[in-house]
Amino acid sequence: MNGEELTEQETALYDRQIRVWGADAQRRLSKSHILVYGIKGTVAEFCKNIVLAGVGSVTLVDDRAVTQEALSANFLILPDENMYHGKTLADVCCDSLKEFNPMVHVSVEKGDISTFGVEFFEKFDVVVISCCSLAKKKLINQMCRKLPKRIAFYTVDCRGSCGEIFVDLQDYKYSKKKLEETVECQLEYPSFEDAIAVPWKALPKRVSKVYFAMRVIEQFEDIEGRNAGQTSVADLPGVLKLRKELCETNSVKESQIPDALLERLLIGTSEYPPVCAIIGGILGQEVIKAISGKGDPLKNFFFFDAMDGKGLIEDISKP
Amino acid sequence: MASEEQLSAIKRAKVLMVGAGGIGCELLKTLALSGFQDIHIIDMDTIEVSNLNRQFLFRQCHVGQSKAKVARDAVLRFRPNISITPYHANVKESRFNVDFFKEFDVVLNGLDNLDARRHVNRLCLAADVPLVESGTTGFLGQVTVHLKGKTECYECQPKPAPKTYPVCTITSTPSKFVHCIVWAKDLLFAKLFGDKNQENDLNVRSSDTGNSSEHSEDVFECRKDEDIEQYGRRIYDHVFGHNIEVALSNEETWKNRNKPRPIYSKDVLHVKMTKENGDTEKDCATGDVSAMASLSLKNPQDIWSLAENSRVFLEALRLFFSKRGKEIGNLTFDKDDQLAVEFVTAAANIRASSFGIPLHSLFEAKGIAGNIVHAVATTNAIIAGLIVIEAIKVLKKDNNNYRMTYCLEHPSRKLLLMPVEPYEPNKSCYVCSETPLSLEVNTRHSKLRDFVEKIVKGKLGMNFPVIMKGASILYEVGEDLEDDMVAIYAANLEKALSELPSPVTSGTVLTVEDLQQEFSCSINIKHREEFDEEKEPDGMVLSGWVEAPVDKDNNKPNGNGESTSNALPTEEILEGEKDVEIQETSGGTETVAGKKRKLSEVDESRNQKKPEKLDLDDEDDELVISDDWESLTKKKRV
Repeated sequence: MNGEELTEQETALYDRQIRVWGADAQRRLSKSHILVYGIKGTVAEFCKNIVLAGVGSVTLVDDRAVTQEALSANFLILPDENMYHGKTLADVCCDSLKEFNPMVHVSVEKGDISTFGVEFFEKFDVVVISCCSLAKKKLINQMCRKLPKRIAFYTVDCRGSCGEIFVDLQDYKYSKKKLEETVECQLEYPSFEDAIAVPWKALPKRVSKVYFAMRVIEQFEDIEGRNAGQTSVADLPGVLKLRKELCETNSVKESQIPDALLERLLIGTSEYPPVCAIIGGILGQEVIKAISGKGDPLKNFFFFDAMDGKGLIEDISKP
Repeated sequence: MASEEQLSAIKRAKVLMVGAGGIGCELLKTLALSGFQDIHIIDMDTIEVSNLNRQFLFRQCHVGQSKAKVARDAVLRFRPNISITPYHANVKESRFNVDFFKEFDVVLNGLDNLDARRHVNRLCLAADVPLVESGTTGFLGQVTVHLKGKTECYECQPKPAPKTYPVCTITSTPSKFVHCIVWAKDLLFAKLFGDKNQENDLNVRSSDTGNSSEHSEDVFECRKDEDIEQYGRRIYDHVFGHNIEVALSNEETWKNRNKPRPIYSKDVLHVKMTKENGDTEKDCATGDVSAMASLSLKNPQDIWSLAENSRVFLEALRLFFSKRGKEIGNLTFDKDDQLAVEFVTAAANIRASSFGIPLHSLFEAKGIAGNIVHAVATTNAIIAGLIVIEAIKVLKKDNNNYRMTYCLEHPSRKLLLMPVEPYEPNKSCYVCSETPLSLEVNTRHSKLRDFVEKIVKGKLGMNFPVIMKGASILYEVGEDLEDDMVAIYAANLEKALSELPSPVTSGTVLTVEDLQQEFSCSINIKHREEFDEEKEPDGMVLSGWVEAPVDKDNNKPNGNGESTSNALPTEEILEGEKDVEIQETSGGTETVAGKKRKLSEVDESRNQKKPEKLDLDDEDDELVISDDWESLTKKKRV
């Protein structure tokens, strides 16, 4: 790629990472535009990572007010009411992120993202959404897919000591080095809707239990009309009932989704900071890969569970 | 989300972090968010521009300030009510002794060098404090947990020796670009701008140059009647022209090699370079002066032509003498010194050109010369998260669930983060067990000084050693020694081992202790007459530190029953960057040793086939990555 060359300032600042992914990738990064919706601890980690990496711009959407709870795993918010009073989460995080790298343009977009038109999404190369309902995930994913240009779409959520990333790169071509040669590779991704519609029976036997548990709770919140993460251990009976139904429909054993795991995921909205750092780090790396076109991107789910310490990739698509 | 029990363990804990660099910044943030309230942090470094792409607690305006202090202030902004105690200091200082370490519930390392890692390992063993060790390079990283008596210590597996090059390859027969870099940095740069009293092999080589040794001393001095441009051209012609001609005259050398081509400045640069300014310019601060800038070369990723390299060489040399004259005689190569990097790049490229070796860009040359390891924010963030998870297990005394975790670039059996059960201590580890070492040495020729420098400090990593034969002390370092003892020890240093007041000969058992590390080991001495100059450059061979016994049946699966044995991604990790520490060795002549040189690794002659850990040190975050996966699965799991 022969875009403009990196400036001296960029070369000095990004020296160590250019040694990882090369000057070409760095140039692509600096021209990329990222949309982020729904900011909690994990997304704060992710934003820090891509701002440091030197993307062109980051646009934040989150009109929620700053609450005590929002502070819990988010280092972008200073715990001083005078600082955040009257501001939205996106406003406050924007101010902090700007400081991390003056070369990245960080801004805020107000409004309800589900009412934004297709042309709004067209401005971006990457869309990352978090803390939102099942319906919204599907909707935004579909918007991105409608556009002629390929937008890399991600959802990310942490519940308790578990985290999940979903990736949709649509039809994705990339190059990778094999020995001395560079090989062209291609991957086909399903949409979020299609991925989660794959019958559980059709999935390989050892798919992470966290995948199923996340789907049960996601559906529970959808049916109950809750916001993402607005659950507690008190909801366990309802969640167990839904599990039974879903397992029957899908003809899988209920033991596939242990009670203890569901209970751990139901601890509510507070996040576990080490897991935020890990999931935010993996997501940052994936977005950098997708922009630079270098390295194997993960397809199409990633799970981390602090209990067993495994960071696992699962391919959930039609066989 | 943490349980009440967990939260109270976290709140009560007193934690020591060593390192406030790439991993350190992420770690301090994650500890604070996780509820830790009493964190102490040691780091001797100050902030540099190249840190800012990942050490997110630092800003441009902090460049030059203490990492530990700035990191503390940054974290207190979002967690004002916790206690963070910074130390802008070297962890090896004597105030950080065993008693200091005993105050902590857990020690977390985010270090950038093997020496400090080994030092902290020993203090943790002596103080019986759990250690969580970590490292990253590029997309790779690892976290390990070390508990005395329960899991292996950091030194249970031998570390590979830094890459070394025979001195004659550097001075006479380079075949790779890195050889040219070593020559340019450690010989030419040191000769022109460094300490004049240091021994330097730049001009003494190929056996038969005895005639010119006095003459060559003068060559590098600027003569009274020449200006700086004439001087530069004379140096150029001497090192790239004359010296190559001299080397060529030794026909024997070139029988099976391609002959180098002498290069003279007049052939490359026909016109005299115009001098913009006279020699009256004042000295100014390091970093402001650049030959690239004055020659309008912009892109550090470009590979310069021979003519461009020659211009940069002469311009950089001129700038050193005209603008940084005061520093000449005291300079050592520093990767953050732009002018030094320019000079070394140009000189290495001209030499490469002479020997038919492909030229490299300044960016690449800087990476090789500065031993720079790749680093990105994401890996550090992930590793910091994993460290905190292990630290919390340590505090909860969750003994059965410790994991060493590898962060991989390519998934191995779907795993990008791979937890592995920790290994038992290596029973033959000289650090955490009491296994004696043995040393083959020529006791009649080797001096006590050689033993102290090459073995005790170099290989065993001791700072304040005491060396004893039975009850008699042969050597000791310390602040409170009597003058007469200091004199005796100084005299002992110059004596051959067999001529010491209490002679050290074959069969002698020496006890070596480090009082600060509270660490002691015994060494059985064996006399040996001859050593191979190239393979055994120290003139002595330390052994006895072997891998843990292989136990094939104990290939226990980890976690929920999946075996990790046959899927370990051997190649990926080993493909990673090697430790490119540069260290010339030669039989008789010890080549220039930069002050940062680490001679620390234990002799690997027995373990050459199986490097256990690649020590991939970034200059500031660093890491020790990743093991030989094959043997890893054979070791005993706890």
